[in-house]
Amino acid sequence: MTTPKPAVHAAREQVGRLLVLVPYLHQRGEVRVSEAAEALGVDAAQLDKDLRVLFMCGLPGGYPDDLINVDLDALEGEGIIRVDNADYLARPVRFAPSEAAALVVALRAIEQSASPETREVVERTLAKLETAGAASAAQQIHVSDDASPGTDLLPVLQGAIDRGRQLEISYYVPTRDDQSSRIVEPRAITRVGDATYLDAWCHTAHGDRAFRLDRIVAASELPEAVSERAAEPRDLSGGWFHGDGETVAVTLRLQPAAQWVPEYYLVTETSPGPEGTLDVVIDVASESWLHQLLFRVAPHASVLAPVEFAESFTANARAALSLYQERSVG
Amino acid sequence: MADKSERLLNLYIMLLAQTRFVSKQDIRRAHYGEYGDNPRGLEAFEKAFERDKEDLRELGVVIEVGSLDSYFDDEQGYRISADTSSLPEIRFEADEAAVLGIAARAWEQHTLARATTEAMRKLAAQGVEIDTSRLDLVPPSLRAEEPAFDACWEATQKRRVITFDYRRPGEEAATRRLQPWGVVRSSGRWYVVGYDLDRRAERVFRLSRVQGRVALTGKSAAYDVPAGTDVKVVAHSLVHRSPDIEAVVLVRQRAGVALRRQASAIEEDVSGPDDVTAWDRLRVSGQVRDLVGSVLTLGANAVVEAPDGLRADVISRLSGVTR
Repeated sequence: MTTPKPAVHAAREQVGRLLVLVPYLHQRGEVRVSEAAEALGVDAAQLDKDLRVLFMCGLPGGYPDDLINVDLDALEGEGIIRVDNADYLARPVRFAPSEAAALVVALRAIEQSASPETREVVERTLAKLETAGAASAAQQIHVSDDASPGTDLLPVLQGAIDRGRQLEISYYVPTRDDQSSRIVEPRAITRVGDATYLDAWCHTAHGDRAFRLDRIVAASELPEAVSERAAEPRDLSGGWFHGDGETVAVTLRLQPAAQWVPEYYLVTETSPGPEGTLDVVIDVASESWLHQLLFRVAPHASVLAPVEFAESFTANARAALSLYQERSVG
Repeated sequence: MADKSERLLNLYIMLLAQTRFVSKQDIRRAHYGEYGDNPRGLEAFEKAFERDKEDLRELGVVIEVGSLDSYFDDEQGYRISADTSSLPEIRFEADEAAVLGIAARAWEQHTLARATTEAMRKLAAQGVEIDTSRLDLVPPSLRAEEPAFDACWEATQKRRVITFDYRRPGEEAATRRLQPWGVVRSSGRWYVVGYDLDRRAERVFRLSRVQGRVALTGKSAAYDVPAGTDVKVVAHSLVHRSPDIEAVVLVRQRAGVALRRQASAIEEDVSGPDDVTAWDRLRVSGQVRDLVGSVLTLGANAVVEAPDGLRADVISRLSGVTR
């Protein structure tokens, strides 16, 4: 998000940084500004400003001895931070509930998709965080396992990439409801948008292809080494899919029971239709995908245009229905 | 900002350094001198002090409230105990630090990504070196595109009542008032779980159906979440009310890959409704709705064999198209 942070929280955030900086320094004695900035992920100029607040603070009483001592000469001269008279701030503050929750949920998500060995490491880490009181906060948030790339095959894929070996994979394409075996030369595992992909040169397709990890059903490493085709990393700045994406704008009329469709699929236009219906326009790249969608919401969606799609779907639905009728005859 | 920062940090130090409870009066005298000694000034002080306490709590500080006098509890004081407010000493092994490094990159929702960063900083301050070099694990992608997420999460944290307009598909939007207990993500969508003040019952709302803004109303800590509440269980029980059924489905060979993965048993080369292709018999269990959806999606490549109720559901849905 690029929205500017509200100024009301600026003081809280500054104090938050100081309550981390002082224990960090306490561990190490004196530290270079650049080093502390790097370790704590804070901008160096900001760190300088923060320190100028710190030396105005201390025990109540108002005597100079009560204040925290920041060596400004060292700070300005050598870029070194030296702080003393702040022993009572030697330990960081405990995790705030939202911090604990964010961390625990992230670890649990890793656990769900990890290999047994990694799962054991995650469990140990979670147990340690629990002793730091991190568990209870995470009861307010739960993420089911669908958020993770979800593959047991990751070690196999990564191993082949590391060793420069080809892979045989079994890949499932839901829009065609088809599973096929391919020989690929793996290049890297990359995340684009919501999904994680194996980027590879595919022998079957004779070209570069990206395979979604959660659709790779099986994988095994082959003894053959990858060729130079897989050596060069690809420029993926434009995303995976460009060039061959010819789409047709299809107008659907949705009955109330099917009006969840715009929540799940990108629609380019919506307008209210008669009797509580909703008309939407979807860019469709394959007719079989459109049929799947129409079947799933049948009979609560109909194709208004183009008319060929309406006819082909009705014919398809008739074929599906005939399967039931024939059995009852026999 | 610097003035407010100083006041906040000095307040923290004052309450931390004392073993006894500190009276509000002493706190006011030490840190809130700019507010006048009159009813208006007192009110302004009360407000500022509340906000400062809230800020410290957001940072993880635990402020204890107790009685100054062991015989009369009419005067409340405040203190911060180093033991309850400080992060307990934790040491991580190298492989654990690597897993933390992955976790640090998991959240793509900005509020929780930031919260993770803060947590990592606290660990770094304690001397933990987070290892971000491990590459054999892909971080899970934890996202929340729904604009309502932030307000619901904040309200959950602060236990504040929320109001929002909610629109179920095909219905008019209606205003709801909820005591949120927690947020749950399932099948790629976020839900907020809580107690609906108008329906007087537990309810689950899908965040993508919230229209416009979610407003936080009233005070913090306005209600208690019932002890032992597991938001995951509540969400599941409210979303899936019926038990799973077992179904037998005939599927054309080479089709229905997703349904096959879900099947508990597959019998190959069975006699099917036509001879265009060979057929397999799958046993699958699930919610009626989901099974109807899975079979329908396969169009003329799948047929329900049993139970009759599921068959009838699919037939009636298909008949609606061909009529």
